[in-house]
Amino acid sequence: MKYIDEYRDETVTQRLLDEIRRAATRSWKIMEVCGGQTHSILKSGLDQLLPSEIDLVHGPGCPVCVTPLELIDKAIALASRPDVIFASYGDMLRVPGSERDLFSVRAAGGDVRIVYSPLDTLKIARDNPNKTVVFFGIGFETTAPANAMAVVQAKAQGIQNFAMLVSHVTVPPAISALMESPEVQVNGFLAAGHVCTVMGYWEYEPLVKKYRVPIVVTGFEPVDVLHGVLLCVKQLEEGRAEVENAYARSVQRDGNRPAQAIINQVFEPCDRPWRGIGVIPQSGYKFRPAYADYDAEQRFPEVQSIETKESSLCISGQVLQGLKKPNQCPAFGKECAPQTPLGATMVSSEGACAAYYRYGRYAESQTPKIQLQESEAGLGV
Amino acid sequence: MALNFASWTCPLPLRNYPTIVMGHGSGGKMMADLIEHLFAPQFSNDLLAQLGDSTVIDLRQIADGGSGAIGNQRLAFTTDSFVVSPLVFPGGDIGELAVNGTVNDLAMSGARPLFLSAGFIIEEGLPMETLGQIVASVAQACRKAGVQLVAGDTKVVNKGHGDGLYINTSGIGLIAPEVNIAANRAQPGDAVIVSGAMGDHGMAIMSVREGLDFETEIKSDTAPLNGLVGAMLAASRSIHCLRDATRGGLAAVLNELAAASKVGIEFEEKRVPVQPAVHAACEMLGLDPLYVANEGKLVAIVPEAEADSVLAAMRAHALGREAVRIGKVVAEHPSLVVARTGIGGSRVVDLPAGELLPRIC
Repeated sequence: MKYIDEYRDETVTQRLLDEIRRAATRSWKIMEVCGGQTHSILKSGLDQLLPSEIDLVHGPGCPVCVTPLELIDKAIALASRPDVIFASYGDMLRVPGSERDLFSVRAAGGDVRIVYSPLDTLKIARDNPNKTVVFFGIGFETTAPANAMAVVQAKAQGIQNFAMLVSHVTVPPAISALMESPEVQVNGFLAAGHVCTVMGYWEYEPLVKKYRVPIVVTGFEPVDVLHGVLLCVKQLEEGRAEVENAYARSVQRDGNRPAQAIINQVFEPCDRPWRGIGVIPQSGYKFRPAYADYDAEQRFPEVQSIETKESSLCISGQVLQGLKKPNQCPAFGKECAPQTPLGATMVSSEGACAAYYRYGRYAESQTPKIQLQESEAGLGV
Repeated sequence: MALNFASWTCPLPLRNYPTIVMGHGSGGKMMADLIEHLFAPQFSNDLLAQLGDSTVIDLRQIADGGSGAIGNQRLAFTTDSFVVSPLVFPGGDIGELAVNGTVNDLAMSGARPLFLSAGFIIEEGLPMETLGQIVASVAQACRKAGVQLVAGDTKVVNKGHGDGLYINTSGIGLIAPEVNIAANRAQPGDAVIVSGAMGDHGMAIMSVREGLDFETEIKSDTAPLNGLVGAMLAASRSIHCLRDATRGGLAAVLNELAAASKVGIEFEEKRVPVQPAVHAACEMLGLDPLYVANEGKLVAIVPEAEADSVLAAMRAHALGREAVRIGKVVAEHPSLVVARTGIGGSRVVDLPAGELLPRIC
């Protein structure tokens, strides 16, 4: 398939791996921020092909995984209402709330629908005037423009029976939080290519200066990821800390201005809790007052009182901060598996734990690299 | 005012409904009409013509199909229910699927499918024309697969209690004495073969359900595989395992076979055939073609010594032209299926957790 196969080419991959091997003289911990990258790395087996100097750490960039349990419980409460049609991206349906998931709500008679675009929900709203259609507006800067567009169009078309449960998060404050944490020892970041397609990468320029850490804008195919790793390793070896763009076929410095404009029209920054991590200041979006009518938490105020605590067994917070690998969790593959997930990182196909479970178990039993990581953990990384 | 009895007529109950109504399942005249006019003309055969509470089959009259005396053969018996939505999709409909699905289940145990039964659970309100089209399609699929439909049933359920139409089919077939195909027979060293491109059916259904338009229409691959299996068995009687890669796709089948045989399976991802349109659709939706359903493709595990001749026989058959060897059975990592990835890495290909869910971004 054109524009895909080129970026999964074995010869190019091998050449990039050779270059990385030549460039890396010391050990480096590089965090790929985005869950899509984690998925691609484990699906293609890149983690086993990289030289042992390079340790890829899986970051908090899976929108499903970082959505707080409390929001899931709110979603479940809304979806259970007979006067609500609840619409969501597919992989949110299996995320466990404190008692059940959205699939169970559907089985119990709730009207829960999978949509591919928030704009589809406007049609559902028009077709069902006697119900309120609530869309689960989650995700990073990537999904924010389409979610904002749905709200703008609902307003323009006078669609009253539409609301959104918003849990948007943004990347730069998360990178700051990770760098401020004394426990996290990440040497460089692969920034999420599609977030940067929307937002550009100027936001990262102050971060590389402040924290002296390289940030390389990186795509999602194996060749893209290796290109990002190579640029990052070269910066680290040469003692540079810059923003570099290894995903130029999609990303420009300024990003997509109209998309940013529509985000700003509908949303404003706010403090957001991240599942397993805690509240990161100014790391999310909430509705601006002009659009507050579309806020599902305003429309159904009773959900505001829902407060939930996370499972004590699940270490997804440490996984999302890159402190632990999924297979270092005592519950991994035992109490916690994709069929019976304790935390969201085991649910989403982009989640680090699910990716490890699905793609990694063979490597775990076969290659010495993971054992090395386990002994590292014993040293208190 | 004089009464005019001459022009009085009794309002006869309407019988030519454009849609199914509850009366069609009442056991009365309407149901008899439906069976006589819509079902019976499609399925005329001597056995069905018995019209008894059960169909009686004289074993001595079953042609032996070259497999010798009936007493030496084994009976294969299976059942499957079909609830696909939409009822008609690119490349087929629920009727064709219901016949092929059961025919294929029989064929995967090496049986020669002979007889089917069909139960139709019809939701009130289903257009008569749709039902007619699907029943005709059941009949045509039976002819194509060379099986006879010898028993049937219809029920009508209230509007809202079904999804238009559900079909259950059961099937009976005979297995030749020397054929021994089972999920637990895979041996280290065996070759793993697939009969063609993966993921067509699932993506055809999904593209209609989600209203996705692609330049090339993706069509379901629904097909009866008994002919292909017959050709394979003619080439080698020592095929170890056969599975049609339906729900859960290739990944589920390989996992089931590895677990049942307590062996590992390794395959090259690059060798698995996937149509470009299916590949593109999967990329768009964030799905993996290895997990997407097929309705006319099989996976065969064959002793290495017989692999080439089985492969040649498959490629000579219309439904196996793209057959290809994708990997082998190994003694290492029992119950695990490992793919060599396109860039030379490796990964575990696990059972799908549940429903295939499109990824958010």
